[in-house]
Amino acid sequence: MKQKLVVIGNGMAPGRALDKLFQIAPDAYDVTIFNAEPRVNYDRIMLSPVLSGEKSFEEIIIHGDAWYEKNGVTLWKGHKVVAIDREAKTARSERGVVASYDKLIVATGSLPVVIPVPGADLAGVLTYRDLDDVNAMLLAAQSGGRAVVIGGGLLGLEAAAGLKERGMDVTVLHLMPTLMERQLDEAAGHLLQKAIEARGIAVRTKANTEAILGTDPALGPPRARAVRLDDGTEIEADLVVMAVGIRPNVQLAKEAGLAVNRGVVVDAGMRTSDPDIFALGECAEFEGQCFGLVAPLYEMANVVAARLAGDPAPRFKPSALATRLKVTGVDLFSAGDFAEKPGRDEIVLRDAAQGVYKRLVIENDRIVGVVLYGDTADGAWFFQQLKDGADISDRRETLVFGPAYAGGQALDPMAAVAALPDDTEICGCNGVCKGAIETAIAQFGLTSAEEVRARTKASASCGSCAGLVEKLVALSLGDAYQADARKPICPCTTFSHEEVRRVIVGQALKSIQAVMQALEWKTSCGCAKCRPALNYYLLCAWPEEYRDDAQSRFINERAHANIQKDGTFSVVPRMWGGVTSPAELRAIADVAEKYRIPTVKVTGGQRIDLLGVKKEDLPAVWRDLNKAGLVSGHAYAKGLRTVKTCVGADWCRFGTQDSTGLGIRLEKFLWGSWTPHKVKLAVSGCPRNCAEATCKDIGVVCVDSGYEIHFAGAAGMHVKATELLCRVRTEDEVVEYVAALMQMYREQAAYLDRIYKWAEKVGVEHIRCTLTEDEAARRGYFERFVRSQKSAQIDPWARRAAGEERREFVPLELPRMERSMEIA
Amino acid sequence: MGFNVEQWADVCAVEDIPLRGARVVKTPAGCVALFRTFDGAVFALDDRCPHKGGPLSQGIVHARAVTCPLHGWVISLDTGRAQAPDKGAVRTRRAQVVDGRVRLLVAGADAAAE
Repeated sequence: MKQKLVVIGNGMAPGRALDKLFQIAPDAYDVTIFNAEPRVNYDRIMLSPVLSGEKSFEEIIIHGDAWYEKNGVTLWKGHKVVAIDREAKTARSERGVVASYDKLIVATGSLPVVIPVPGADLAGVLTYRDLDDVNAMLLAAQSGGRAVVIGGGLLGLEAAAGLKERGMDVTVLHLMPTLMERQLDEAAGHLLQKAIEARGIAVRTKANTEAILGTDPALGPPRARAVRLDDGTEIEADLVVMAVGIRPNVQLAKEAGLAVNRGVVVDAGMRTSDPDIFALGECAEFEGQCFGLVAPLYEMANVVAARLAGDPAPRFKPSALATRLKVTGVDLFSAGDFAEKPGRDEIVLRDAAQGVYKRLVIENDRIVGVVLYGDTADGAWFFQQLKDGADISDRRETLVFGPAYAGGQALDPMAAVAALPDDTEICGCNGVCKGAIETAIAQFGLTSAEEVRARTKASASCGSCAGLVEKLVALSLGDAYQADARKPICPCTTFSHEEVRRVIVGQALKSIQAVMQALEWKTSCGCAKCRPALNYYLLCAWPEEYRDDAQSRFINERAHANIQKDGTFSVVPRMWGGVTSPAELRAIADVAEKYRIPTVKVTGGQRIDLLGVKKEDLPAVWRDLNKAGLVSGHAYAKGLRTVKTCVGADWCRFGTQDSTGLGIRLEKFLWGSWTPHKVKLAVSGCPRNCAEATCKDIGVVCVDSGYEIHFAGAAGMHVKATELLCRVRTEDEVVEYVAALMQMYREQAAYLDRIYKWAEKVGVEHIRCTLTEDEAARRGYFERFVRSQKSAQIDPWARRAAGEERREFVPLELPRMERSMEIA
Repeated sequence: MGFNVEQWADVCAVEDIPLRGARVVKTPAGCVALFRTFDGAVFALDDRCPHKGGPLSQGIVHARAVTCPLHGWVISLDTGRAQAPDKGAVRTRRAQVVDGRVRLLVAGADAAAE
């Protein structure tokens, strides 16, 4: 059976909550709404345009009568609820309608604050809160006359503008020295005052109302005739509008015994102190705060709807607020906090001629406050930056000009590039100007940024102009341009792996943050795709200097073990060339028993896998394995995995060379190196190829005359036989060629490209030529590999068994619970 | 459960959670993952991905989200919801930082001891 939901109040917040609820759980509730106002749900924010005559009431209706009908909602218009009986679970209206509920929403909104001065109750004194107020003001305006609006905040100014629009003489009285002081700083407040005055509205600041004076009672029922300030000034007024603020309407909730402070107290799930009663909107108080702007109220509505639908996850979290003034001809936007405090600084742009004032308040390289006056087009963008907490340090100089200049989404970046004069220098490193690039594209029929780089050297050095070059190619080719020739690493950036690698080396960038800054990353700290890639590129470029960032490693490389589906890990010690000993096997057996490791399995790479190890046991398991001389097998790494071997000349009647010995030598030489993706090797002792070397990343096949070195095989998602790199005569040569190949792959490949993928991209022939025909290049790669290995060949298990990175492996515990917690 | 009864347990120092990282805390309600984002904010979520129960605490933390280590679902630390096109949500818990100490709600709404 459907549950009964009763809603007290028919404002925007409950309206949104019901919309959402009907969307996610259309048949969960029978809904009854009590509305103290005799009408349907309308957009209260748009009352000012109704007052000024820009919109009619019909235009600001959110839910017409049909909506209530369609959703089977019972709406009691003009019914003010006067009592909630929480025992009986009913709500009763002034007119005697009683509705019982399973869940109740209190959305009684707020009441306008009436300043307690003599005469506040006179006829002709209004507040500005709902459609009735607007209608009363419109009625008063019909006869013209003078109006005084008390309160120079958002609502007061909108009311003043509306009344002026309707033909009244209007004066705004404001207690504080500047208008809208809660949303604006002083400078913008003054600009605003000028603009308001320019519309013919008088503004008095520091104006403290002492009394509202009435007409002579002898002449009939007294009406407001003037406002007197505390300095004795009297301002004539046929209409007085108080717009000095709102207070939550909590009377009903209080009488029902719900927890009430300023507003009805709710938790993050918008529940009141009665779990079956929710409160939302302007009447609700969360963590000591009440809310009056629509964005947080809609947030609340979403939470209530989700909770009603049975989803306990959503929680209300008040976010930064933005305000726009809805007075035609006055463009004003403000958001966040712009008070001056230590540690804050500001960026201000003033354009006196255009009447533009923009101020950004910056704290810790992030926007915390925005005030825009005169030109608010970029308000949403600044507000997004503020909410995202985006680091703006790298575009500080241009930030205030908005997204078109600040590295965000420019309105039309192509047009900007097209507009550059021909002699604009595009590539500063190599002195290539725009005209030269366009000429080269036309003359040689170039179709990609890569080709432009090869031909003109533009973007060949530091690479920071790669984006510009790309745009020039696109502009020159028009529709013929194939944009997918170059793929960004991830949505955090527009740059490709290759470009990022070039920039890291070219500009000597040595930290992830430095790279993100130099290349204008669009996110604060990247994502799970780009961070591991950047970490690897930096490690490869600066092996001695770069400090590995554990938090940018996938869990397996961070924990030096392989995560399994149940969250346990597997441990694979290295068995050099697949050769082991009774002592090692005994140590593995002991560890498996001691730590109750459920599965022991032989891998395809000639070693043993211990599966199902608890994370907190890993350091102890490693310590025990270390004692027997076993070290990490890097079975988890984008790095050297195994070197598979056959028994070779020592035992095999067909063996031509010592394949096992060479395999061990290669593994001992290559282990510990990080690579773009995993690297698996094999060494076979004869062309019968029992170690299956010709489907490995790198394979060696021994022959009578020496060794064949193969590469770029695959036996995973793709199956592919290797390519022959070369034939050599000695083991030493094998080691040099293989190491050089490893290093070339390390320096060039995109992260997560296996060797065969990389070879597809750069060309097998290119790799072969470089390594076999250019001895200097080969020696260079080899030497760089050797240097990098010096800081890489450290057993990660031994260090962690000794206590390094302890917090990675030790879970936290709650303190001992007291009895009251158990009750909870 | 009383509405106003909120009890917070002291779990660890803020620095015990790596920046852009996570720790697991064992609670009577199961494992809870504590995250610390780039901006120093601390979040608590049940340590189970809505997809296949993967331990979110082992994932890579970026902005206000974590990528599950098992199949790469991205979970919002604010709401516990999976990023589209994936669907689902993990329960969020309430954590706060007071004087450099991380506290976890253990009694009250969304408590980790329930």
